[in-house]
Order: sequence, then structure tokens, then C-alpha cells
Amino acid sequence: MQATIDVNGLRKRFGPTVALDGMSFSVKPGQVTGFVGPNGAGKSTTMRVILGLDAVEEGSALIGGRPYRSLRHPLRHVGALLDAAALQPSRSARNHLLWLAHSQGLTAGRVDEVIEQAGLRQAARRKAGGFSLGMRQRLGIAAALLGDPPVIILDEPFNGLDPDGIVWMRELLAELAGQGRAVLVSSHLMSELQDVAGHVVVVGRGRVIADTGVAELLATVSGDRVTLRTTARQEAARVLEHAGAVVTAGADGRDALTVSGLTAEGVVTLLSRNTVPFSEVAAHRATLEEAYMELTRDAVEFRAAAGREAAR
Amino acid sequence: MTTTAPYRPRPRAGRDGFAHLLHAEWTKFRTVRGWVTTMVIAALVTVLLGLLAAAGSHASCSEGPVEVACPAVPVGPGGEAVEDQFYFAHRSLTGNGDITARLTSMTGIITYPPPDHDKIVPGLVPWAKAGVIVKDGTRQGSAYAAMMVTGSHGVRMQHNFTEDTAGRPGGVSAASPRWLRLTRSGDTLTGYESADGTRWTKVGTAHLAGLPATVQIGLFVASPGDLTVKRADLGGSIEQMRFTQATAVFDNVGLRGDVPGGAWSRDAVGVTGTTDWERYHRPNGVLESGGTFTVTGAGDLAPRMDGQTVERTLTGALTGLILVIVVAVMFVTGEYRRGMIRTTLLAGPRRGRTLAAKALVIGAVTFVAALAATTVTVTAGKRILRSNGNYILPVSPLTELRVVVGVAALFGVAAVLALALGAVFRRGVAAIVTAVVVIVVPSILATVSVLPEGAARWLLRLTPAAGFAIQQSVPEYPQVTGHYVPQAGYYPLAPWAGLAVLCAYAALALVLAVVLLRRRDA
Repeated sequence: MQATIDVNGLRKRFGPTVALDGMSFSVKPGQVTGFVGPNGAGKSTTMRVILGLDAVEEGSALIGGRPYRSLRHPLRHVGALLDAAALQPSRSARNHLLWLAHSQGLTAGRVDEVIEQAGLRQAARRKAGGFSLGMRQRLGIAAALLGDPPVIILDEPFNGLDPDGIVWMRELLAELAGQGRAVLVSSHLMSELQDVAGHVVVVGRGRVIADTGVAELLATVSGDRVTLRTTARQEAARVLEHAGAVVTAGADGRDALTVSGLTAEGVVTLLSRNTVPFSEVAAHRATLEEAYMELTRDAVEFRAAAGREAAR
Repeated sequence: MTTTAPYRPRPRAGRDGFAHLLHAEWTKFRTVRGWVTTMVIAALVTVLLGLLAAAGSHASCSEGPVEVACPAVPVGPGGEAVEDQFYFAHRSLTGNGDITARLTSMTGIITYPPPDHDKIVPGLVPWAKAGVIVKDGTRQGSAYAAMMVTGSHGVRMQHNFTEDTAGRPGGVSAASPRWLRLTRSGDTLTGYESADGTRWTKVGTAHLAGLPATVQIGLFVASPGDLTVKRADLGGSIEQMRFTQATAVFDNVGLRGDVPGGAWSRDAVGVTGTTDWERYHRPNGVLESGGTFTVTGAGDLAPRMDGQTVERTLTGALTGLILVIVVAVMFVTGEYRRGMIRTTLLAGPRRGRTLAAKALVIGAVTFVAALAATTVTVTAGKRILRSNGNYILPVSPLTELRVVVGVAALFGVAAVLALALGAVFRRGVAAIVTAVVVIVVPSILATVSVLPEGAARWLLRLTPAAGFAIQQSVPEYPQVTGHYVPQAGYYPLAPWAGLAVLCAYAALALVLAVVLLRRRDA
């Protein structure tokens, strides 16, 4: 089976509310695909549709070319974490994984492997009802990895994790993608996916706003900037503008300048060559979060305009 | 940094996916201690309440003020307890032969009948019997076949206590006598009737396995007690059996076959003749004058209905069943409450199969727990009842097995019904209340006699509580006058038919649950 997810034209309403409005995207193997959008954008609904839990009025969602409901031993094809709190509280973590394993014809040995992998060895025989949210997330991850699936779908896996847990999760996601699996991870915070996602699908109001590689996305945002602290602001501005940079007054103080169009190294070289004194040069890279804000702002404006158009 | 084995496709499992789903649901059940504990308690409650009730049930026999050992109850050829009391004028017959007699009169008395219960009146009870009989000796409980006229059920051919075949209706009088004939040929007895002694109509045939060459053949009269049922103050009922006696006049008595000469033997089989009526007014017996025989007798040849039944030990089952319902409902609604149903459906996305696996597991677990409980309860309960002097109506091992296994099956099917209701409602309390209201409440209402008998019977036909019929060990006999009501343990449906009604409800609820589960978003 191919490790892919293909979502094609999903439409779904909950009463008068449009939940999915032509949602379409694909997830490829070998990378982490971020699934980003504000709360209520349709991320969880889309995931439930992919996993055969929710029905749609139109469209299709296929895993390796097949609908989820047609998969035999589905957890060997797709591992998913939707709601870490969905546990029988009086059942131990290990027994929770055990029944899942039995449902897929897997053995207790495999359960112990994923318990180890999720870092749950100490807690495995405790009742899952007493787990912190972070521990439940780890248990949910263990469940998702149980069938060693080529496709992994995680809904907000960073929720409730402590900083150590976040680092662990990022490393795990990178590793899973590195093994050739297709990994779809939703988040309402783009910053969580920084440095992990190779591809992002940005959604709002039930449809895809952007479906792009992270590198391309960052390139579309206003380029890199350099923050400069100097007591000779006018002289520095003259030198740098002469070299083709755009210089504006910095936001954080009288001695700060923001330079765009030059790298930090270029700024240091120019100022040193012209003997302009400076105390600090800081490169400022555009973040995914900024790119996301820019994108969604555009989308909101586009939607507002479209709305006026339609109302006319 | 954790390590993960690189992804590699696994070989397809050899076992069927449904077996895996069953395994998973069994793992789910056994890993929640509360469910396992409650199931064990349900079994214990069934055992303990049953044994407690048995321990509180005492019986004894007395003669006047003196307590005596209860007399042995005769057992018929089929193994059932029987009434075998009648007056018998008989001869020995060796080999094949027949008896013919004309019955010209049948009268009797009934002591102290309603409404005032103050007089002894002439009359016949409906199942008073007079006619010709072939019997394997005069021992109570021995095999027989008889052609008879009854009080108000016309001509009948009956044999071995439980079997009854109807002939022509109507009674007898001097103007309208009835001829009866019984032919023996080996093990086969054939009964005929006639209005004129020339044109005979066959009524029925009986095969009496192992009938010896020499049998007793002759005339008999019996008259069972007159039953009246009074409604008691608290909605219950009081049953009363009062002495009756019948007298029949026979003539044209003919015997064919190897019958040694001499006088007729006279025997009051099983009849004690101790009532004042028998002692001071009219004793049982035979008056013979010029070929006319006037036979007077009391008693009955019929299955005995008076005694404890094996299912009486299972009185704790209803309480146990409520606990089973709670577990079965929680087994599915617990998943809805936590959202875990999604995990279940991810593991088994073909929803019908997944719910079927769940139903099968809860049904099987319940059946096994209940089977342990019913086996222990019936076995130990019988012993306790007997040691307290109670007489338990004997039933065949197969019938007892049906009661023990059937009640366990009733538990299992009820658990499936409760689970299906849980899946339909998705809420524990609503499903538990519904399951108890449809399974347990009708059974209680119908058997504690708060309802009129008709309503109680309909409840036990139409609701899932019909399944309790599976525990009835002694059947209702149309040829025995009895107070056959649910509160006395008589169900309107046959045992398996009753269980089938419950099964139909469970199947229906399960289908509804699957349809809804498929249609709903999880």
C-alpha cells in the first residue's frame, strides 16, 4: 500500500453550519505535513472523515487509494491519535494497548515495544484515568504506532505536553517521516510545527487556503531582516542605503534600525569598512507563524471581499 | 531519543478479522475490574438468594397432631410424579384380549362447593372419569391405558397419566348410554367408542412399552378434587381442593382373551377412604347384581401438580439479571461517554461486525457466569429443599438441563438486548432503565399477582420477559384441573417459544443498533 492520503472535495454541514467546504489536499510519504488552521477550521472533522468516522455529503478521502472502512486490520495501515482523553479510566495503559493489539492480530510483545517507544514503561500498569494530559498524549501516540503503520494522523499532538515532551514529539515526528511514513499533524499553532513540517496545508472555514512546502511558504513572506543597534544612525543608514538596502527606524528604541535587503554578514562588512560604530547586529528570520499570519490575513480579506461580491 | 524500527509491511494475518475483534472485546471486558466484579456478584447473588429461599422453605406431613414421614409419591412410566388413585374392579388378562362395557349412568357428589361452601351437592367435576382400563398391575404409577367418559369433557382415551386423546363430546344417561372398548394386542392398546354397541369408532392408540404378558383389565372410576380459587386481599389468590366422588353404572361387560374364571378383584388403588363422606355415607366400591356393576370411586389418574419445582431454586435470578443488565449496558455506553467508541471504530471500521463482536462477547461471558450460577443453585437448592422436607416434582435430566442451561441462555440473550439498547441510547442510565423496564419489570408484575391473570399472561407473551418461560419444568396439562397462572410458575408460552420471543427482541434491538451505528457520525 502506498503511504499517502488523498482528500478530494469534502463537503459537510452540521445543521446550518458548513464544516467542510470543498476540502482537498494530499499527504505524501517521507515528510511531516502540517495541518494548520484556527479552531473550527475543519481540521478535526477532516481527520475524522479520513478515518471513516464521519460521513460527508460530497467528496472522498482515501488512504493509499482506499477508503478507511475497507481496510483489513486498519491500524496496520493508519495510526491515529484523535482524542487523548478517549480512554476507559479504570483500564491500565498497557491493557488499553493490549485490546487494540488484539483487534489487529498483534501480540503483547508489540505492546511492550510501543510502551517503551512512548516512554511509558513506568506508568504502563497504572490506570489510564489517573494520567496527566501529557501522559495520555504519549499513550495515544503509542496506540497510533502499535500497528507500525505507513500513515500516521495526529490531531493536536502537542497539546498538554511539557517542554521535554514537545522536543520528544518533534524528534519522533521527524523520525517517523524519515522512515518513509506519511505523517499528518494538525495544530492551531503554526509555531509548533516550525522545523518539523516539510509541508503545510493551511485551512480556514472548511477549505484549503494554502498547500505548499515550508521553504516556499517562507520565501513568499517578506524576506529576512537585520536589526542593528548603533549610536550613529544617520551615518549607518546612509552607508547601507547606498548599498541598496531599505532602512527604517527600529521599533524598540532610539538607537535601533531595521535593515532589509542585506544579510547580517553584509551589514557587518559594510559598516566595518566605513568605520561606522555599532553595538549589535541581529539576523531576524521570518517564522512560519509570521507566514501563517500573513496567509490567513489575506484569506480573511479575500473572504470578506468575496462576501461583499456575493452579497451584491 | 527513542528508536523506531523502520516501517516494513507485515504479512497479512492468517486469522479471520472477526476472531481478532472478539479477542479485543474479550480483552476489553476482562481488563475493567468493575465489570468482572459485578458479573461475579451477579452470579453470587443468583446463587445466594436462591439457596436462602430454599433454606427458608419447609414442609412436613402429619397424621392428626403427629408429624410423620411424608408418603412416597408414585412416579409414572415417564418419570413424572403422578396421582394414581381410583376404584378398580379387575381380572387378570394374559396375552391379547379386550374389554367392552356399556356405561349407562354417571353421577357424583361435590363437597361444599361455592358460593356458600355449606352443602354437599350432587354433581360431577369436569374431569371425573369412569370407564375401562388395562393396567400393569395395581401398583401406583404403573403403566395403563383407559377408555373413559368424563364429567364434562366427553369420551377420552388416556394413557400413562400424561397422554390424552379426545373422543366424542357429551355425557351419559340411561337414554343415551355409551359403549367403550379397549383392545390389547402386545404393547398396543386401541380404544373404541360406540353409541349402540354395533357401530364402533376408533378413538386412539397407545403403545405401552414393556407391558408384561399378564395385565389387570377391568372397570374404574375416579373423581379428582374440586378446585376453587379465591382472590386474596392483597391481590394474591387462595386455592382450595375439596373432596368429590363419582359413581358409574356399567352393564354388558364383556371380556375376551385368556381371563381365568372366578370373581372380580376389587381394589381401592391409592384411595384412603378417610373422609367422613366415605366413612358414613358412601364408601368406594363395587356393587354387582345381574351383570350390572355400580362402581364408586374418588381420586385421579393424572400427572401430579402439587409440589416444589426445580426452578423454584432460581428466585435470585431476577436480581442477578439486573446486575448483568448494568454491566452489559456499561460495556458499550462507557465507550460513548469517553469518546472511546471512536478508537473502537478505528480498530474495527466495519461497524456491524464490531458491534456483533461486542454482543457476542457480552452474551458469552454472561452465559458462562450464569451457567455456573444456575448449575450450583439448582444442584444445591434441590438438596436443601429436600432436606427441609419439600417434595420436588421430578423431571427428566433433559428437562433439568434445559432449565439450567436455558436460564443461563436467558441471561446471555438479555445481556445482548441490554447492550443493543446501550448502543441505541448511547447513555447508560436511559439504557439500563429501559432494559430493566422491558425485561425485569414485566416478569415481576406478572408473577407477584398485582395484575389480573389475563394481563399477566399477555405481558409474558409480548414482552422480552416471555423468555422466563424457559425455566418452567412442569408443563400445563389440559386434562388436569389446575390454577395455571404465572404466579404459580406457569407461563403462557412454551419454554423455547418464550426464549425465542426474547431472542427476537434482542435481534431486533441489535439490528436497530447496527443501523444507527452505521448511520451516525462517531
